[in-house]
Amino acid sequence: MIPTIPQSRFVRRTYNAYIALFFIYLGLPLLVVAVFAFNDGQFPSLPWEGFTLNWFFGAERPMIGVFNERSILSAIGTSVFVGLSVSALSVAVGLSNAFLFNRYQFRGRGIFYVLMLLPLVVPGIVLGISILVFSSTAANAVWDAVKWDIEVLRPGLVLVVLGQFSFITTIATLVISARLQKFDRTLEDAALNLGATRLTAIRTITIPYLSSALIGAFVVAFLMSFENFNTTLMLVGSDAPLTIAMFDRLKEGSTPLLNAVSLLLMVGSSLLALAMLSFQRKD
Amino acid sequence: MIPDLECVDLKKQFGETTAVDSVNFSVPPGSFFSILGPSGCGKTTIMRMIAGFLEPSSGDIQIKGKSVLDVAPNKRPVNMVFQHLALFPMMTIAGNIGYGLRRAGLNKAEIDRKVGDALERIGLPGIGNRKIDELSGGQKQRVAIARCMVLEPDVLLLDEPLGALDLKLREHMKVELKALQTAFDTTFVYITHDQSEALVMSDQIAVMNHGQFEQMGSARDLYYRPETRFVAGFVGDSNRWSGKVERVQGSEVELRTERGMLIRGNSHGRSLAVGDAVDSFVRPEAIVVAGKASDLDQFDTRISGEVSSLLFNGAASRILVRDDQGDEIEVTLPQSGEYASLSRGDAVHIGWSGEQSNCFAAEAS
Amino acid sequence: MRAEAKLGLALLLTPLLLWLSLLIIIPHINMLFIALRERVAVATYETSPANFLTFFREPLYMWTFVRTALMSVMATVITLVIAFPVSYYIAKIAKGRRKSGLFLLCLVPFWVSELVRTFGWMILLRETGVVSNVLQYLGLVQGPVEMLYNDAAIMVGLVYTSMLFMVVPLVTTMESLDDAVIEAGYDLGGSGPSILREIIIPHATPGIVSGSIVVFMLSLGNYLTPTMLGGKESLWFTELIYSQFIVRFNWELGAAFGFMLLILSSVIVWGMLRLTGQTLEKTMG
Repeated sequence: MIPTIPQSRFVRRTYNAYIALFFIYLGLPLLVVAVFAFNDGQFPSLPWEGFTLNWFFGAERPMIGVFNERSILSAIGTSVFVGLSVSALSVAVGLSNAFLFNRYQFRGRGIFYVLMLLPLVVPGIVLGISILVFSSTAANAVWDAVKWDIEVLRPGLVLVVLGQFSFITTIATLVISARLQKFDRTLEDAALNLGATRLTAIRTITIPYLSSALIGAFVVAFLMSFENFNTTLMLVGSDAPLTIAMFDRLKEGSTPLLNAVSLLLMVGSSLLALAMLSFQRKD
Repeated sequence: MIPDLECVDLKKQFGETTAVDSVNFSVPPGSFFSILGPSGCGKTTIMRMIAGFLEPSSGDIQIKGKSVLDVAPNKRPVNMVFQHLALFPMMTIAGNIGYGLRRAGLNKAEIDRKVGDALERIGLPGIGNRKIDELSGGQKQRVAIARCMVLEPDVLLLDEPLGALDLKLREHMKVELKALQTAFDTTFVYITHDQSEALVMSDQIAVMNHGQFEQMGSARDLYYRPETRFVAGFVGDSNRWSGKVERVQGSEVELRTERGMLIRGNSHGRSLAVGDAVDSFVRPEAIVVAGKASDLDQFDTRISGEVSSLLFNGAASRILVRDDQGDEIEVTLPQSGEYASLSRGDAVHIGWSGEQSNCFAAEAS
Repeated sequence: MRAEAKLGLALLLTPLLLWLSLLIIIPHINMLFIALRERVAVATYETSPANFLTFFREPLYMWTFVRTALMSVMATVITLVIAFPVSYYIAKIAKGRRKSGLFLLCLVPFWVSELVRTFGWMILLRETGVVSNVLQYLGLVQGPVEMLYNDAAIMVGLVYTSMLFMVVPLVTTMESLDDAVIEAGYDLGGSGPSILREIIIPHATPGIVSGSIVVFMLSLGNYLTPTMLGGKESLWFTELIYSQFIVRFNWELGAAFGFMLLILSSVIVWGMLRLTGQTLEKTMG
């Protein structure tokens, strides 16, 4: 059961084989997606028609590569924009929440903490429709009252950002709180003792201490935003982020173009995640 | 009489390094046996081999005369008190103590009775339904021992179980552990790096260094008659001088220190020759203090100096005496209190007999 | 409380209150109101439970609801059973680099979008897919086999997608179990199964609960996997919500469906926490 306890060879081998099988199961779908991005045919399936890079760089029909496909490129741009907005917002609010729950005792603290966790246990699609319904109700009320059409309350990027922000903030709060809890508050006291004001102490001592958690929370928020589907689906307007754009294409039938986009996504997010991990390992 | 535990030529190799090197010992029934050594000396490795969590590279482990090498850890008639106790936090106190009994397939009534008995015996009756984290450090200790003792093992292994306790509790637990061992009348094998734990509790102590036993004997033997340089330095406090042998007569030795002082010592049968590099160890309580040099005429080594520090510690108070060469010598003050009024800078005379100075060949470095 | 501290509290409380009230609490209350109204004429509404009655009276809706719940429970159990030995291996058996390497490998699928993962399974399982071709090549089947568009395919996708959310909490809780505790169990006569039952599983309970909650939530609220991998007959409850909102434009009924989904997930999460004596703060926070 643990290495120091003798086990029969049969049990050990079976266990190791199971672990190997598990990782094959884990890797296989991603592997086939990656491999068929290079298939020189119209379908991401067997038979293998030979190797090509056209699904990345091709400029002519029927093989237009990712880098020449306007709609895909603009969807990537939309996703990046949404991702950066959501990350910035949720890290800012998450930092504020972390300080609130870590530093202050106030009435209703326990209830607020549970409320703060709640978005994690609300299905994403329900979050999406509740925000959709509420913003439309608000927009209709404004229209009925003063005949103004408030564009931002209609399905579109602003609602997508708000919808993703509504639950990613909880994650950001948890990531930052975890680090803040480990912070030794006497360091701040020492800074005060050496002549800093409370705010300067936080700015010069606490925030640098939290920096790895802040970056971590930002990257996690970005990745979650980038790959979010359920909430986005209900709130999206005419500018579709990448996952929605790919979903629409996939419904019409798949070409290796989608594999090529997927491969780029895999590489991109893995690099981002690795960069974050290596950064966090430093402290 | 068949010993409860016997290790024969026990060896353990991790790749190139030899953690335990041909160790032999046997522990008679009902005794308290300690293995004392600095961290990394191999004592934990020995214990884990006895418990069955490590396989020896060679040699044999016998319990009550039978080899247990082929017996799995959960079937060996030894139990272990782990360093951090390893109580099961997911169970109650009674759940912990009854764990092994349940594994042995006893019926519930019998388990309850035995657990109740054990709790009584460790002085914690009627708390079986409480959680582990409601116990104090000392109580946890007792529960960890009771958890093993209900299984009536032939040998109980204890892996530095006092290490996590604070000083005061540790002092108290030393006495209590010894009392528990007598009460249960079971063989205890105890490993520690803390010499006072070993000296106070053990019938037999093995001092271990670099995978080998340096010396095995009673606490008194180790303290007064160390057989190796390591034991002399490791067990108890000592003043140490390094120097070269100038004269040997029988077991009496005269050496000159690196700073040129002449000291008499005794080799207690170890072979030393003129010119050998030696280390000489003298215990602080073997040194006598006097106000006048003439009071020390009976000693063959005499030094004059001044008090450089007072280390007050009640009956165990000491002073540091700086001699003409600038060396500092630690001296225990007599308990009569006649030197209680000494202060820093006072001139004092100290002396000791060569008999009290243990000489060993220095390490060949 | 001093004035400065009061100001600080107010400043930090504001974003929290704005976020929770405007994006979580009020929208959900509003959604309940919408669900509880009935359109009696153009732009005229009445408060009534009609939408909920429709839900309970229409067998297709109820059936889909129950089916979604049961399959989500099943997906959770399967994920737990598959993930447990793997997590134990990573937490207690693998050491050093191997350990962190395996753990990272478990995280990889999470870094890529769910869409890509689902797409991968489509390439593997469809009639012209890799698995079908391999089976034909090996001579195990004559002609192509369609393994997509059925409930088993949905299950494979759900389990795959949720795996990480089970592995991470399990590894984290099991890592905190001291090896000495397992050794003590052996030393006192325990065997593999008894140690698993009495020591490892009780210790891992918080991880099992939080992993199960997250996996269950993700399965219940999943839209992509059932839509892409499931057949025409295999409806998922989220698909009903989507079609009421986007296709039929019947927001009242859609809101009622959304509310039913919310109630179902809350009841099951609450029940799971009660059953194991855990709290939301402890398992999620």
